[in-house]
Amino acid sequence: MGLPWISVTAPSVFADLEPLLPRVAKPVQYVGGELNAQLKDWESAAVRWALMYPDAYEVGLPNQGVMILYEVLNERADALAERCYAVWPDLEALMREHRVPAFTVDGHRPLGAFDLLGVSFSTELGYTNLLTALDLAGIPLHAVDRTDEHPVVVAGGHAAFNPEPIADFVDVAVLGDGEEVVGEITDVVRDWKAQGRPGGRAELLARLAATDGCYVPSMYEVEYAPDGGIAAVRPRESAPASVTKRTTSDLDSWPYPKAPLVPLAETVHERASVEIFRGCTRGCRFCQAGMITRPVRERSLRGVGEMVDAAVRASGFDEVGLLSLSSADHSEIAEITKGLADRYEGTNTSLSLPSTRVDAFNIDLANEISRNGRRSGLTFAPEGGSERIRRVINKMVSEEDLIRTVSEAFAQGWRQVKLYFMCGLPTEEDEDVLEIAGMAHRVIQAGRAASGRNDVRCTISIGGFVPKPHTPFQWAPQAHPDVVDERLRKLREAVNSNRKLGRNIGMRYHDGRPSLIEGLLARGDRRVGRVIERVWREGGRFDGWSEHFSYDRWTAAAQAELEPLGVSLEWFTTRERDRDEILPWDHLDSGLDRDWLWDDWQDALAGTEQDDCRWTPCFDCGVCPSTGTDIEVGPSGTTLIPLTVVGGGPTSGGASAGG
Amino acid sequence: MARVRPGEAANPAPPTVQRVRMRFAKRGRLRFLSHRDVARSFERAVRRAGVPVAHSHGFSPHPRLSWIGAAPTGSASEAEYVEIGLTRPMEPAELAAALDAALPAGLDVLDAAVAEGAALADRIDASRWRVELPGVEPHELLAALDALLATDSLIVERVTPSGRRNIDVRAALVRAEVDPPAPGDAPVEAVPPDGTPGAGRTCAIMTAVVRQTTPAVRPDDVLGALDVVAGLRPPAPAKATRMAQGLLDHRGDLADPLGSDRVTTRN
Repeated sequence: MGLPWISVTAPSVFADLEPLLPRVAKPVQYVGGELNAQLKDWESAAVRWALMYPDAYEVGLPNQGVMILYEVLNERADALAERCYAVWPDLEALMREHRVPAFTVDGHRPLGAFDLLGVSFSTELGYTNLLTALDLAGIPLHAVDRTDEHPVVVAGGHAAFNPEPIADFVDVAVLGDGEEVVGEITDVVRDWKAQGRPGGRAELLARLAATDGCYVPSMYEVEYAPDGGIAAVRPRESAPASVTKRTTSDLDSWPYPKAPLVPLAETVHERASVEIFRGCTRGCRFCQAGMITRPVRERSLRGVGEMVDAAVRASGFDEVGLLSLSSADHSEIAEITKGLADRYEGTNTSLSLPSTRVDAFNIDLANEISRNGRRSGLTFAPEGGSERIRRVINKMVSEEDLIRTVSEAFAQGWRQVKLYFMCGLPTEEDEDVLEIAGMAHRVIQAGRAASGRNDVRCTISIGGFVPKPHTPFQWAPQAHPDVVDERLRKLREAVNSNRKLGRNIGMRYHDGRPSLIEGLLARGDRRVGRVIERVWREGGRFDGWSEHFSYDRWTAAAQAELEPLGVSLEWFTTRERDRDEILPWDHLDSGLDRDWLWDDWQDALAGTEQDDCRWTPCFDCGVCPSTGTDIEVGPSGTTLIPLTVVGGGPTSGGASAGG
Repeated sequence: MARVRPGEAANPAPPTVQRVRMRFAKRGRLRFLSHRDVARSFERAVRRAGVPVAHSHGFSPHPRLSWIGAAPTGSASEAEYVEIGLTRPMEPAELAAALDAALPAGLDVLDAAVAEGAALADRIDASRWRVELPGVEPHELLAALDALLATDSLIVERVTPSGRRNIDVRAALVRAEVDPPAPGDAPVEAVPPDGTPGAGRTCAIMTAVVRQTTPAVRPDDVLGALDVVAGLRPPAPAKATRMAQGLLDHRGDLADPLGSDRVTTRN
């Protein structure tokens, strides 16, 4: 399906694209021109990056990773970066018909003209969209078929911690934080080009393989054992035996994004986001993000204050999200929220804490967050329905804490609470899930008692659990979707068994089948690449979208491609691994000690909890010594500098609420 | 410190003391903005510019921006209108400059006046459109327009979110003409007002004045009518630009909604 008409030059393809736009849905997503977008002179840059988020514009534009790297790269005099997102099938068909190559939204330059194509994978379900982009760009799907003229395809993001399923399609996978390594990669490419491309693509890839955090799959040979497992992974030539993730310390010195992109089209997050810390040591055993981003590194009170100010001024957003994996855990969260609520008093600027734990949450915090803006629902994630299963997953929030918190919230005027759970967790039985119903019933009862009203709402939202690499559950069998669906059917019955309470409870869950495919892609090895390619050739696109996802296409492709090799969809997903099995990502080092992960898995099976190393002694997960880092938490000794607010001053004097 | 308590208004807002009406353009690539996209861009620009915009009350306060019939997604415009409520009086020119600087290039504020007299909606009952038809010869367009204008009624069907609607294009069409070709009989080059380079081929240009009806007759509907009546099918997508809105006078010209006594010229 290669596209032969593409020549490697950099003129804009907009004139060819423009006549197609009136014929597609939401054309504005393809035109660029967002506030704070950058377009640098093509000839001024020695190294040119196209940065892709492999999902729709509305999902990809707010992505912080892409936004950070876009700014970091464009700040360099010798580099430029432009963005691109997945195009919907309606435009893809027209682009094929009219021979318009994949393009960036900034300069509408063809992707094939760039030196590097960086792709950020938050989820494995974006893999088919990578293939669409490569094909539309005229870049050979298989890394082995690429020449000096083709961009180096670099995968990053959390899914890159096991890039083996896309090993055939990417040239490099980068592990960990991107801020610094992206500059080192730029240096390597710049020098190689300046020297006249010595040794061609092979030499460039060898140099990249020698860069910390960069994994070049083609420099590793995988040998399989007769039982279907991996017998050995052997580095070739100079490649290191294992690749360790990158960790950026001192977030205050990386205040990106400084000027967030403001989309013209509607996107999933209409807000300015400020990352208040990175990493999490709560130790939830299902949480890949928490495991692979250790240790905790906080941005200081002053750093947060300055970034929020810059973001609000540069964007005009009326909501600021204070992002992290568990935002209420920031050591200075009370000062941050009070300081920001004071600063934005009367300006209709609201704050949000997207991830908050019940046990780190209090009503003062909630009141500060909603003081200047909208009071939406409160959201908590107990994750497991029973005390027992919460011990297994090490998410130790008690139902008493939850009921106490929501009671107070309902007493303070909130009317809705959302609770997130997972189904299909290791060791889970029907009873563990059915206890969710009782918890939701008690939330409604407590809410009615505290508010004196009948119309309180509780929404329970349930996702299927997918075991991920670099977590204690990397050895766990994934529950089959049929099991999950059956448990959730029983749960719905239990919720509705009490009509008086059940009618105030909403229940949301998705089809469990995409989770099984996500599980295949998450814990797959290189053989899974054939499945991805087959699914893509048969039309697979936008697998994260239920209206595009086809379970039957995936299972048929898995059967056709895997079973001749003696493995299967089930082998990769619902099978429990033993301690000695070589896992496809064992040569990729997230810093976590493998023995510690195994012990934590055994603790999970025994229902034994693990504390947080921020407040208890180090338990030797291995990350700090192996990555040369340390926990960075407050108090920072800084203050949130009071600032004059845009649109504030005398005009907002009458805006403060009474009471 | 302000704490919201149950039963209180979340944000008692200062009152509106002045309303300013503005004409703005939607140009170039930004013609692909939908009305909602335009509205969001203005709301953010108002905040970035520090404009003392009034807000609605309640738990979910919104800036007070009132819109008049937006140009469809994909159509450019030199004549869109919005009215902004302010909590403190501002010079209209100062407001226009501040907002223009805060808006993305392609959303350009062109004119502003303090709102007085009749409501904006009562000052607009028609639009003048300029439609470029790349690949269409001016004489083909002329013949099609003659055929359309010779009818009393011409119904086209449009699929709307609420179902199929029949729209009488002819009834809403006040005037339609082919713009004269460039001097020297050279092929007319498509150069829209924003200077985007055209296709460099033959391009007929139509000017049409359309009365506001419900649902509004759009340039696409006029083109649909030309297909029905004369089989005119442009080989490439047409580019439409709304050039003016206002009250129709007896000659079919439009009165400027921002000035009670100014009248726009016909070109």
